[in-house]
Amino acid sequence: MASVTNNTENVNTTAWEGFKGETWRHEVNTRDFIQENYTEYRGNDQFLEPIAESTDKLWAKLQELFEVEHEQNGVYDMDSNIPSTVTSHGPGYLNKEEEKIVGLQTDVPLKQAFQPFGGIKMANNALQSNGYEVDEDMNKIFTDWSKTHNQGVFDAYTPEMRRARSNKIITGLPDAYGRGRIIGDYRRIALYGIDYLIEHKQDDLANTGNRTMTDDVIRLREEVTEQLRALNDLKTMAASYGFDISHPAETAQEAIQWLYFGYLGAIKSQNGAAMSFGRVSAFLDIYIQRDLDKGLISEAQAQELIDQLVLKLRMVKFARTPEYNELFSGFPIWATLSLAGMGIDGRSLVTKNDFRLLHTLTNMGPAPEPNMTVLYSSHLPEGFRTFAAKMAKESSSIQFENDDLLRENWGSDDVAIACCVSATVTGKDMQFFGARANLCKAVLYAINGGIDEKTKKQVGPKYRPITGDSIDYDDFIEKYKDMLAWLAELYVNTLNVIHYMHDKYSYEAAQLALMDTDLKRTFATGIAGISHAADSVMAIKYGNVQVIRDEDGLAVDYAPQNEFPTYGNDNKEADDMANWIVEYFITQIKRQHTYRDSAPTTSLLTITSNVVYGKATGNTPDGRRAGKPLAPGANPSYQDGKYLGEKNGLLASLNSTARLNYENAMDGISNTQTINPTGLGKDEDTRIGNLRNVLDGYFDKGAYHINVNVFSNDLLLDAQENPEKYPNLTIRVSGYAVKFRDLTREQQNDVISRTAHDRM
Amino acid sequence: MTDPVMGRIHSTENFGTVDGPGVRFIVFAQGCRMRCEFCHNPDTWNIKSKKAKMRTADDILEEAVKYRPYWGEKGGITVSGGEPLLQMDFLLDLFKKAKAQGIHTTLDTCGNPFTRKEPFFSKFEELMNYTDLLLFDIKHIDTIQHKKLTKHGNENILEMAQYLSEIGKPVWIRHVLVPFRSDYDEFLDRLNQFIRSLSNVDKVEILPYHTMGRYKWDELNIKYPLEGIEPPGQDRVENAKKILQVDQYTGYQTR
Repeated sequence: MASVTNNTENVNTTAWEGFKGETWRHEVNTRDFIQENYTEYRGNDQFLEPIAESTDKLWAKLQELFEVEHEQNGVYDMDSNIPSTVTSHGPGYLNKEEEKIVGLQTDVPLKQAFQPFGGIKMANNALQSNGYEVDEDMNKIFTDWSKTHNQGVFDAYTPEMRRARSNKIITGLPDAYGRGRIIGDYRRIALYGIDYLIEHKQDDLANTGNRTMTDDVIRLREEVTEQLRALNDLKTMAASYGFDISHPAETAQEAIQWLYFGYLGAIKSQNGAAMSFGRVSAFLDIYIQRDLDKGLISEAQAQELIDQLVLKLRMVKFARTPEYNELFSGFPIWATLSLAGMGIDGRSLVTKNDFRLLHTLTNMGPAPEPNMTVLYSSHLPEGFRTFAAKMAKESSSIQFENDDLLRENWGSDDVAIACCVSATVTGKDMQFFGARANLCKAVLYAINGGIDEKTKKQVGPKYRPITGDSIDYDDFIEKYKDMLAWLAELYVNTLNVIHYMHDKYSYEAAQLALMDTDLKRTFATGIAGISHAADSVMAIKYGNVQVIRDEDGLAVDYAPQNEFPTYGNDNKEADDMANWIVEYFITQIKRQHTYRDSAPTTSLLTITSNVVYGKATGNTPDGRRAGKPLAPGANPSYQDGKYLGEKNGLLASLNSTARLNYENAMDGISNTQTINPTGLGKDEDTRIGNLRNVLDGYFDKGAYHINVNVFSNDLLLDAQENPEKYPNLTIRVSGYAVKFRDLTREQQNDVISRTAHDRM
Repeated sequence: MTDPVMGRIHSTENFGTVDGPGVRFIVFAQGCRMRCEFCHNPDTWNIKSKKAKMRTADDILEEAVKYRPYWGEKGGITVSGGEPLLQMDFLLDLFKKAKAQGIHTTLDTCGNPFTRKEPFFSKFEELMNYTDLLLFDIKHIDTIQHKKLTKHGNENILEMAQYLSEIGKPVWIRHVLVPFRSDYDEFLDRLNQFIRSLSNVDKVEILPYHTMGRYKWDELNIKYPLEGIEPPGQDRVENAKKILQVDQYTGYQTR
């Protein structure tokens, strides 16, 4: 909502000294500010500086704390009786003398906050499962006297929703934890200061509705009022650290600090999935460049500030339950940081800061967080593409997304990634995140007339099952379509319940205060098991699948009699089958009513939950064995059963993934690949160059995303046996990076069993 | 209309990163007359192998260009083997068509079929018009040792190297370092002298002998002649690199 009045006279003018452009001065518009002021960098990495002494000390201290945390199964300490809010804790430090950027989630480094608003049961469960006592007063307050998101959801769920959930045809629903995936435009605090933002929000509040108090107007007025409260809370929190953020930042150090305070407010007040950090690189570079030009700081000091910001992002922690950790293992939080990208005017958005941010992986070593995400295009300057490929090769900590697709489809060059692959226009869009439906399992429901092959319960509708010894393709496909239509309806209705209750009981005021009042909302659904679904349908079409039944006549195993084309081998028909399934499903999703008239999207993304989903899924017609992990995200299946696997090498596999249509899966398509270093060439320069070539080609082919791992399986086997040798070994799993030692043995085995591409 | 020229193709590989510059599509031609003791692809020897696929140049190129976006500025196709020069007509057809599409062509050869006699030589001359780079294997510099190692002499191979130098065709010389066969300073010195007499060498590569193809000998039921010989140590590889002055050849970086 555009502001009616101009409040520029309240802005401290020295803060904006030397900045160009007009539009951003008269409205909250950080994108315009960036476009008017950033300096594109087309050089190489030669200017980068090593780690500063202060950062080195902080990092050493933090690593000691990480060791304690690791020994205590991922929990350094936990709060049990201070419900976490923006202002709930006094200031905390890692080492005050050395910290250039300050702020902790609680008063002690790595201590996890008590966050009951999503659900007191989950908060209590997190405490108990980690050996902490539940506080009875808190339990009473949030059970008897005050309601939580989780309680609201379960009050409204239908029996059918509960069945779908417990039988895992729909999994990972954010009904007991925060939905997350909302990125506040934290840059706004640095550029404008809180007071300016408050004035704008007050204008917005004054201009809600038009006299009639509809439900929507009432809700919006309450929400904006909560946002105003959150903005004041942010000021209070910053003041406790001795900073006045009511005014804009005047230096690079302040800009980083102000911006980080915004993010800190978000993670103090929400335990959400994928509380991403956004796209801050070029924005902060403007402040750093101004200070460099004025001689206020050196390049070494600039790197120090960036290192310390990243160090803070490596410290973000949330109290979570064993179930959550099983679903998303390795304690990921997805503080996703989006880098690089192209501008719509043809300049790249690459600045020296994109180098500095990636360089933190050298200065402090590889780490899972922040989730480093390069918005890639073959049009980015070669110096940066080479450096990004080099860092990906050295750290296995970087993911890449197709910036050309993002700009085209989201109409903006200020898109940031939430979670691993989900795009939002910074400050303008929010998404309702909603887990995923197992479309591979839906194949089995179609065959068995809605009976779950694992639990034997009638979960889906009692459609007529397939009864013969073999499966007729035409008969099957009609049943599959029916089942997908049923699943889409149930799934969207379930998510509608969740988002209604989340807005009501766990509203993300601190994040939404830093976004436009008039938001575009997307309704993110997700698909798990796409490769097995596609391969199963191909098996039914061409493989003459014989059905094996149990004593009750339920189909429990399948034997394809002959070969059939599979997804992931550059076979157009098999790849198109995957596309058809996604398109059919999203079409059914789009037919439903979505909460707050949000725009439906879907993703091909499973994070590490592919292991848990696979465990809940029986034998499938493609020959995949029951209980085996599903291939993650949009990955082709791995060698399992007689006919599966990527048989034609890396590039054929990439061609298949590139063929998946992003327009049908606008919440993102995830692909995780491991390449043996020797498979990339003989010497370092060749390997880096070839990896860059692969990235260029893959994205020019229209692919959306890739997680790049460069290591040999031997390394992982050694790390599994000798974890003490590899405390910081970081690898990309589906959608995020993780310390290898933090994965369960089962998940380690899954990663090891995946295809590592090498030359033949 | 004449029938298209068919090639006997052992296999293809879409992600070649060690056989020429950039990312490359590799075509393995079936058939080789040499019988190198260290060969890691003995399954490509028999030109009449029933496992080989008969394919046209168009068919190969159609497959290759699916991967063209990944090649970068320097990549392209490499025909390896086996020995591609045994299928000259097919190779000519393939490279001619590849060049028409602006594709970088590399020929990985041991030079064994080379002769100045006709009809080979004219065809070879023509082929060179469509070949951007040769990966040229010199198995051994000493004729007698070469014959022991490969069952063939090397006179024509060295002659081919000289011819390529005369016409200024860029080559990467490759030399497999085999303990007890080629890993002697004396032979390496002589090889160095020979390579230095050439004017067209962009790169010299030492390929340490390895046993990864060993299983194929067993599968084919052929006695493995290098039984008990281990790959050379890193020190011997470094020694060979030093003697052959591999660091001096930098043309590959700019060409």
